[in-house]
Amino acid sequence: MIARITFAETRAELTKLARLPAYVIPTLAFPLAFYAFFGLAMGGSRGIAGTTVATYMLATYGAFGVVGCALFGFGVSVAVERGQGWLLVKRASPMPPAAYVIAKMLSAMTFAAAVVVLLCALGAALGGVRLEPLTWIQLFVALVLGAIPFCALGLAIGSLAGPNSAPALVNLVYLPMSFASGLWIPIEGLPSAVAHVAPFLPTYHLGQLALGTLGGAHGSPATHIAVLALWALAGAAAAAYGLRRDEGRTYG
Amino acid sequence: MDDAQTPARLTRVTKRYGAITALDGIDVALRPGETLALLGPNGAGKTTAIRTLLGIIKPDDGTATLFGRDPRVAKNRARVGAMLQVSGVPATLTVAEHVRLFSSYYPHPLPLEETLAIAGLRGLAKRLYGELSGGQKQRVAFALAICGDPDALVLDEPTSALDVESRHALWTQIRRYVARGRSVLLTTHDLAEADALADRIAVLFGGRVIAEGTAAQIKERAGGATVRCTSGLDDERLRAVRGVDSVVRANGIIRIATRVPDAVVRALYVNDPTFTLLDVAQTPLEEAFLVLTRTTASEEVPA
Repeated sequence: MIARITFAETRAELTKLARLPAYVIPTLAFPLAFYAFFGLAMGGSRGIAGTTVATYMLATYGAFGVVGCALFGFGVSVAVERGQGWLLVKRASPMPPAAYVIAKMLSAMTFAAAVVVLLCALGAALGGVRLEPLTWIQLFVALVLGAIPFCALGLAIGSLAGPNSAPALVNLVYLPMSFASGLWIPIEGLPSAVAHVAPFLPTYHLGQLALGTLGGAHGSPATHIAVLALWALAGAAAAAYGLRRDEGRTYG
Repeated sequence: MDDAQTPARLTRVTKRYGAITALDGIDVALRPGETLALLGPNGAGKTTAIRTLLGIIKPDDGTATLFGRDPRVAKNRARVGAMLQVSGVPATLTVAEHVRLFSSYYPHPLPLEETLAIAGLRGLAKRLYGELSGGQKQRVAFALAICGDPDALVLDEPTSALDVESRHALWTQIRRYVARGRSVLLTTHDLAEADALADRIAVLFGGRVIAEGTAAQIKERAGGATVRCTSGLDDERLRAVRGVDSVVRANGIIRIATRVPDAVVRALYVNDPTFTLLDVAQTPLEEAFLVLTRTTASEEVPA
């Protein structure tokens, strides 16, 4: 029963998002355009960290794309559905609450997978990116699973922010954090003050985890996974707080 | 009555928001097969009562049950369909997609076509929700409430935002559902609506039920009727007639307020050969309702 509901919920969520330009354009078009510009057009064949810029940035823009899918898919959609009362209709129905969260997570991960596949296709076709089959798979899996902690962070934003402020808040978190984590420009090229902040950011660890599959990362995968897990827990706790706070609000 | 048979029940439920007491030990039950209206002004606690029944709000004290079970558990809500006051429904799904999704939450949903037919949405299945008119949107909300073929419906101010035409259309749809032998609990601040739909009305004020009964009983309790007439009797003799509450004279026409208009008219015909009856008007429920809520501040209206 729960599996069936979760499936129906996921299908509806995907349909809903796919028809929403405000979701599709920032999550799909921006990472592809940025990668095409910074990763391919501006000298993708140059060497960096033992590989080419096109290959390196496939990992970092992959991380950038995945994080966007998760933060927008949760942060904005939950804030809007919460703020307009749609979440109450769901909560009054017999839908298991887990189905709602899992469906949004699977939807965000589906979009994340699409972004990664499109980026890989772009890199392979125009950037001369060549990887071992196993490496392609590792990169794909690291990135798509890497969406999970950002789903938790998105859920936290969605559970705390209002429907009108959520898109701005997501951008305010998403864009500076991606920049400071070396997802746009390699971390080596950033001012050292910024590079010092990076290890405190979850996006940095996802970027390094993805780069690790190509052999060009700082730190061990275990550390990155542990830090991301901590961020996920923090996000889940903040979300639980926000949703409980809603329950205490005055209703007519 | 066995609680497992009672579609919805609040037992001594109290809910406070800081200094505000939204529900003050309320006791109310929806009986099988009946339509019960919770009637009250804004802030009376109607929405809090509904949300507590649906498990959205956890009461500070007392218990809420749906068919004898805890509504906070998702599967215990499977015999109930709900329509809440909501401003935003996802705009990029079609009517059919919305209905299919909600149907998937229930073990034995109605076929899609049947849900659309009852809710008056035939021909709109493929329309995106965002493209619908206000009345059509409210019908989708109703469709989501009934699609699971629930034994009970809970409707929070179902027609508050609708124009007259859409409102009557939704009444028809609600009646169509009631005709299937189902129970309906609805809230409204619109007395005509309670009168038109409900078998029984519970008047809510200050988080409590202050009066309960049929529309006629509530009207009677709150002042009954006005008899307009002409008569040769003076005010003092008129006031002495059993059942007369008050007498007002204007331009030669006498207005007598009474809870028992039949008895008063009969007595006047017998005692006054010059008596001429002009008309008898039931106190509009609107006025009855105002009287009930006004008297509550100082005294209890017996239930």
